Amino acid sequence: MSDDAKTLDVWVAGTEEPELTPTDEGAQEISIDESGRRLDEQFGRVVEDDYVFDDEAEEDERMILNMGPQHPSTHGVLRLQIELEGEIIRRTKPIIGYLHTGMEKTGEQLNFSQGGTNVTRMDYLAPFHNELAYSLAVERLLGIEVPPRAAAIRVLLSELNRCSSHLVALATNGMDIGAISMMMYGFREREQILAFFEKTTGLRMNHNFIRPGGVAADLPPGWKDDIAAIIEEFPRRLDQYDDLLENNPIWVARTKGVGVLSAEEATAYGITGPTLRSTGVEWDIRKAFPYSGIEQYEFEVPLGEHGDVYDRYRIRVEEIKQSLSIVEQVMDTIPKGDYRVDDRKVTPPPRARIDESMEALIHHFKLFTEGYKVPAGETYVAVESPRGELGCYLVSDGGARPYRMHTRAPSFANLQALPIAMADSLMADTVATIASLDPVMGDVDR
Amino acid sequence: MTDDTGAVETEEPVEVAERPLPDIEVLKGLFESFEDVAWEDSLGQDVARVPNERWLDFATAAKEAGFEVCVDVTAVDWMRSRPDRFEVVANLLSMRHRLRLRMSTTAPRLDPTVASLVPVWPGANFAEREAYDMFGITFDGHPDLTRILMPDEWEGHPLRKDFGVGTVPVQFKESHKVS
Repeated sequence: MSDDAKTLDVWVAGTEEPELTPTDEGAQEISIDESGRRLDEQFGRVVEDDYVFDDEAEEDERMILNMGPQHPSTHGVLRLQIELEGEIIRRTKPIIGYLHTGMEKTGEQLNFSQGGTNVTRMDYLAPFHNELAYSLAVERLLGIEVPPRAAAIRVLLSELNRCSSHLVALATNGMDIGAISMMMYGFREREQILAFFEKTTGLRMNHNFIRPGGVAADLPPGWKDDIAAIIEEFPRRLDQYDDLLENNPIWVARTKGVGVLSAEEATAYGITGPTLRSTGVEWDIRKAFPYSGIEQYEFEVPLGEHGDVYDRYRIRVEEIKQSLSIVEQVMDTIPKGDYRVDDRKVTPPPRARIDESMEALIHHFKLFTEGYKVPAGETYVAVESPRGELGCYLVSDGGARPYRMHTRAPSFANLQALPIAMADSLMADTVATIASLDPVMGDVDR
Repeated sequence: MTDDTGAVETEEPVEVAERPLPDIEVLKGLFESFEDVAWEDSLGQDVARVPNERWLDFATAAKEAGFEVCVDVTAVDWMRSRPDRFEVVANLLSMRHRLRLRMSTTAPRLDPTVASLVPVWPGANFAEREAYDMFGITFDGHPDLTRILMPDEWEGHPLRKDFGVGTVPVQFKESHKVS
């Protein structure tokens, strides 16, 4: 007995190598506990090893930690002041404005047809939605209706944009938690959509393609092949993401029960988009107040249950699937016809007509110097952007420039949920929570 | 507020005949209980023109009527084209009734003040801070009325119409340095 033990302890060179049997002894077990024990630990209801939860802690035991604005995991120039008690976050204050460029003021200096170049730079991950909200607002003031083909192209582009934006959200959320391969994969698939955007609009971002009165150009030749390739490719890719994230115990353990928001909190704070739907509130502007003919297409609104980071991630994956289904339906049913409204006061005449017709030349000249005049009035139009309700409040005094152009930015409002979602949670979960809200600082600060 | 409601209900038949009211039941009930709030149809959207002093009362009643979300609060600077320079606009949303309502009020040129909506909808917090930052409108009862987008030491309110574009002097860091 003792001889055996000795031979195992010290192996003498030249003798036969001992056979070692690996044991689980001493190894840490990774378990995904469904019973909510993890949640209890998180909120300090159960005291576990190295951190101690104490409600009666003295004020001077708290520490203020500054995070950002130059921090890789705050998704831009978001700055957070975090009040810590040991490892537990007690209070958070988001400080914003580092990317403020006065776009609403700029919007008042540009005429209505130039406005698109301005708004498209707000939410740089979802430029089509910004253009869409702005164009719909101008069109409502003008009282014009775009042709069905233009509306279908708008739906096609904005839904593809939703996919590309959600892919970035998944990619960055993955990277923040440590799933670096998700970062690569998400951006790879996004590139496929951006290549289609570049082919259609000439630019990968900041397209200014959706304009008041329709869209800038028709879809390029061969667009159906590109879309078909995307639709064929994506289900396989989404399965890969499931392998990377859904079946990864670390991912699940780090997202379930983290950054929890309740439905009451979300509605009270005006949270919209996937963050609201993750709490189980069925609210999608595409269903409630349909725009641009989106009511013709069949799609579902994925809902969460617990309002945590995991549910938000899951909803984004499901929304990509739904958006692709809308894109497929648009591809099959896209009507023929003009891609912009046939109103010479709003859309410039075709190039060929300028050489022949004096009126066409005058219209062209007037449109590109003075711009068109919009009747006095005010309106608020909202679309469902990948981040939530993106609204455009437009006031015209009858001139060629908006008297007031205000954008209701979804990221700006959703950021108010951050202190609630992060309260009484661990410092280590901060980046997961920020990433799951998917704030785009261009949208927050405008 | 309940006193007002009781008072209005007695003269209700006369009121209904005189002023325009929306067709939708929820809104109709809300407007009937406020005789000094005017309803307006703005390109198919319902707008409530609320007197400044009734702003918070109307907001509370609107929330009770089912408008559980305050989507946005912003302002418009009308300069001299209107007697009261500033217009404060709040966009409300009722998920239950699938309705939107825009409520607007006015604020005078000197010391523009409106009651804060944060006690009713906590989500109005950031939006009101933005309106304060951009227009200099004071929201009475706001828990933390500080600048949100501009730097704290900034002078003036950029979205006012008398705040010109390009009037901010650009200071280069090294230019005044004496070494």
